[in-house]
Amino acid sequence: MPKLTIDGKAVEVAAGTNLIEAARQAGIEIPHYCYHPGLTIAGQCRLCMVDIEKVPRPQIGCNTLATDGMVVHTGTERVLETRKSIMEFHLINHPLDCPVCDQAGECWLQIYYMRHGLYDPRMTDEKVHKPKAVPLGPHVILDAERCILCSRCVRFCDEITKTGELGIFHRGDQSEIGLFPGATLENKYSGNVIDICPVGALTDRDFRFQVRVWYLDTARSICNGCARGCNIEIHTNRSRPHHNQGRRVARIKPRFHADVNEWWICDAGRYGFRGIDDPSRLTAPMKRDGDRAVETTWDDAIGTLAQALSRHRPEEIGILASPQMSNEDLFLLTRLTEHLRIVNVDFRVPPRTPGDQDDFLIRADKNPNSRGAELGGVVPGAGGLDAGGILKAAARKQIKLLWIFHHDLAQSAWPETEQRAALEGAGLVVFQGTNGNPGSARAHLALPSAAYAERDGTFTNFQGRVQRFRAALSPLGDALPDWDILARLGRTLGASDRAFTAERAEQVFNALAGSVTRFAGMSYRGLGDAGQMVKS
Amino acid sequence: MTEKIFTRNFHRADSHTLSVYRETGGYTAVAKALSMKPATIIEEVKKSNLRGLGGAGFPAGVKWSFIPEGSPAPKYLVVNADEGEPGTFKDRYLLERDPHAVIEGMLIAARAIDSRLGFVYIRGEYVQPWRIFSAAVREAYDAGLLGKGSGFDFDIVVHRGAGAYICGEETGLLSSLEGKKGWPKIKPPFPAIKGAFGQPTIVNNVETLAAVPHIINRGALWFSGLGTKTQGGTRLYSVSGHVVSPGVVEAPVSITLRSLIYDECGGIPNGRRLKAVVPGGSSAAILTADEIDVAMDVDGLKDAGTMAGSAGVIVMDDTVSIPEALMVVARFYAHESCGQCTPCRESTGWIYKIAHRIVEGKGRKEDLDTILDVAKRGAGTTICAFYDGAVGPYISYVEKFREEFEALIRSGNGA
Repeated sequence: MPKLTIDGKAVEVAAGTNLIEAARQAGIEIPHYCYHPGLTIAGQCRLCMVDIEKVPRPQIGCNTLATDGMVVHTGTERVLETRKSIMEFHLINHPLDCPVCDQAGECWLQIYYMRHGLYDPRMTDEKVHKPKAVPLGPHVILDAERCILCSRCVRFCDEITKTGELGIFHRGDQSEIGLFPGATLENKYSGNVIDICPVGALTDRDFRFQVRVWYLDTARSICNGCARGCNIEIHTNRSRPHHNQGRRVARIKPRFHADVNEWWICDAGRYGFRGIDDPSRLTAPMKRDGDRAVETTWDDAIGTLAQALSRHRPEEIGILASPQMSNEDLFLLTRLTEHLRIVNVDFRVPPRTPGDQDDFLIRADKNPNSRGAELGGVVPGAGGLDAGGILKAAARKQIKLLWIFHHDLAQSAWPETEQRAALEGAGLVVFQGTNGNPGSARAHLALPSAAYAERDGTFTNFQGRVQRFRAALSPLGDALPDWDILARLGRTLGASDRAFTAERAEQVFNALAGSVTRFAGMSYRGLGDAGQMVKS
Repeated sequence: MTEKIFTRNFHRADSHTLSVYRETGGYTAVAKALSMKPATIIEEVKKSNLRGLGGAGFPAGVKWSFIPEGSPAPKYLVVNADEGEPGTFKDRYLLERDPHAVIEGMLIAARAIDSRLGFVYIRGEYVQPWRIFSAAVREAYDAGLLGKGSGFDFDIVVHRGAGAYICGEETGLLSSLEGKKGWPKIKPPFPAIKGAFGQPTIVNNVETLAAVPHIINRGALWFSGLGTKTQGGTRLYSVSGHVVSPGVVEAPVSITLRSLIYDECGGIPNGRRLKAVVPGGSSAAILTADEIDVAMDVDGLKDAGTMAGSAGVIVMDDTVSIPEALMVVARFYAHESCGQCTPCRESTGWIYKIAHRIVEGKGRKEDLDTILDVAKRGAGTTICAFYDGAVGPYISYVEKFREEFEALIRSGNGA
C-alpha cells in the first residue's frame, strides 16, 4: 500500500491507484476530461497535470501511479498555468453556444473554465466547423463542434459494450467523433455515452430542449426495470411545469454502485419512466357501477374491500401479488393474508415474452423485487394455489374474489381465453396498481398505487442486495403507496399487528427486519446508499 | 577526405544486390556477431557512441539494453523507415542503394535483443525503396540468411505505411503497425517493455541499423573515433534548398554547418546571400547566417539551441520570406497533428491561421506574442514529441526574424 503526500496531506492508497484517484481519496480534486475510472487510460486531454517532486516536468495524474514516498503538488504555479493553457486549448474551437446547449449547467467546460480558466480569450480567427445535430442512434445526437475529443464515448463502446460503433475520424483539429460506416449507435447501453460525455457533444434526444438542468430536482432511486436494481437518480421538473411537455420526470441517470451497476444503466431502464406520467395512470379509487366505473373515496374503497375480504371464505380469495411491489408492500400483504388465513397467494405470473438477458447488467426477470417476494414468502400457503392455479380456479368460479396487484394479464403467458374466463368467473375483481390496463378496466374495484418514483421503499435485487429508493415526486392524484393501502385495510379489518399502524415505509421495513429471518439485523437507515445483502 | 561508410557502395552498379554487397564484405559482421554474446554486442554498440539517427539521437546500445533480460515474451525489432521529416531523404537512399546493410544490421540487432521477428515500416510514398528493399529481403531469404533454419532464425515483415507523418513517431508507428489509427501511445509503458502487439520491442531508424555491421566488423573504437566524445561515426545529411549541390552527403558528425554548406555542397548559388538554415529537419529550430559555425553532432546543435534531428538541412537564401516559411511549416504541423492531445490538436491549427493571416497582410501587432505564448504554453504537455517539434520552428522563426514579421504586419492592412 503506497503512502504518498499530496498537497501536504498524507494518504495511503491501494497499489495500482493513479494520482487522480489518490488525490480524490485525500479530498483533492484533480481536474480531468478524458480520464474515467471505468475506462482505460487515454491521456489525451492533458488537463490532469500535477507536479511530482524529483520529476522535472509536470505529469498527467491519470497515467501516473502512486508510489511509496511520492510527493505530489496539484497547485503549483506551473500546474495552475498549465491548466489555464489547456482550458484555452479546449475552448478555442468550441462554439460557446451555452444558451442553446442542453449540457449548460452541468458542463465540465463551464465548470473548469470558472475554476481553472478565467483567461481573456485571444482566439479571433475563424473556428473549425464540423457536423452538428447528427443523430448517432435512437437516443444519442452529436454536435461535433462542441466535442473535445476526450474519446470516452469511443472507449465505452470499445471496452464496455464491445460494440465498437464509434471512432475518431480525420486528424488534427479536423478530428471528429463519428460512426463507422454502416454502424448505428443502438446497443443496449448507448445512453451511457451521454452521461460520460463531459461536454455538450453527445446529448439525449429524449431530454433535448425539454428543460434546463438547473430547474431539475434529484432523488436517489432504484431502477424498477429488471432484477438488477441499478442505482439511479430520478431528475424531476417541478418548478417549471410548463416545460418538459408537462411531464414531471425529465430523465433518469445512473448512480454509481461498485457491486451492482458501476457507472452504467441500460437504455431500457433509462427510458423506462414514461409510465409514471402516462395518461393511463390511475389517480383515484374507482368502483364499478353497472357498466361504468366511477370515482370514489379511499374510505369507501377500503371499506368495500375490507367487507368483501371478510365476506368471502379464505379459499375463495386469490391474490396475484407483484414483484414490482416493494419489500414493505409485500410484508404487509403477507401480514394481511396471515390475518385472513388466505393461502392462494403468488407473485409469479409468467411473462408472455421471455425477457432478454446479457452478461453485463440486463436480467431476464423484468421485476425489481422478485427476490424480495421469494424471501418474504409471497408464495402459496399450505394447500394454496399458485398463480396459474388461481387463474384456473377463478375461471371455475372457485375463486370468487380475485385481487390482482399491478399485473397486466394481457402481457402474461396465459392464453387470452383463460384470462377472460378468470376475470369473468370471479365474482369480484380487485385491481391495485399504478397504471390501468385491459384487465383493470374490467375490475369491480380499482385502487391507485403510487409509482416507485413517488414513494419510499426497498427492493431486493437478484444478488440479494436490499436497496432503498426514495420519493422523487408526490403521488399522482389520490394514489397511495401499496403498503399504505394495505395498512389502511389492515386497520379497517381490525388486525392487531403494529406494522399496520406504520406511517412511513421505514417503520414497515424495520418491522420486516424484526420478523423475517433473512432480513434480520437490518435497519432502514442502516441500508444507506450501498444497501445490504440479505443473510445467507 | 573522410572515409565513407554508409555511401561506400552508392556509386557501384547494382549496389542493392546481395552479390555486390558480399563483394565488399557483406554479411561478415553478422557471422562475427553469431560468435558474440548478446550482451557483448550491446556493449560494443554502447562503446561505439552510435546515437539514433532518426531524430531523437538516443544512444542505440542503451536502448537495446532496455529489453528485459531473459524475458520469455517474443521480442520484436521494428525498423522505422517512415522517413517523413520535411527536408530528410537519406533513408530512402539506404533502402534503395544498400538494403542489405539494413538487413544485416537487423540480424545483428535481433541477436542482441533476442528477437525472432522484425518489421520494416516503410513510408507509403516510398514505392521504389519498398520494391528494392523487398527484393533484397527475398534475396536474403533465398540465400538462407533469413527465415527458420537459416542459422539466424529471423523473419522480416515489410509493412507499408499509409501516409501520415505521425507514423514516424515510434509509438505512432507501432499503433499503425498493429492496424490501429496511428496514434502515439502514452508512456509508460515504453516500447522496450510493452511495444508492438504488447510485446517488448525495439524501434530503430534505418540508418542507425545500417551502421551496426560496420561497428561489429571494425570495432567500437574505430567508430567512436570518427565522431565527437558523445557521438560516434559519420552520418548522412540530406541537404536541400539554396545550395549549389543539394543531395545526400556523408560526413562526420563533427562537421560544422558552414563546412557542410560551403565545402560539401558548394555554397549558395546565384550570388545570393545565406539567410537561414534549418539543420535537422523541419522540427529543428532555425539558425541565422551568423550561427552556422556549429558542429552538427547531437550535443553541438543542442548547445546551439536547436537539434541534429534527422540531419535534414534546409538552406534558405535571402529570397526567402521567413513569415512564408513559417506559414508553410505551420500548415504542415496543423495538417499532420494526429489530433489526440488537446494542446497539439488545437494550437497547431491556431498558429497556422495566425501565420497565414500575417502572410496575407492581415497580421495584428499582438499576433507574434500570441504565437510565442501559445507555443511555449503547449510545449512539453503532450504524449509525444510532435508538438515540441512544431514549437521549434514556431518560436525560432518568430524570435530570430521578428523584425521581418513586424515589418510585414506594419505594411499589411490589418495592423
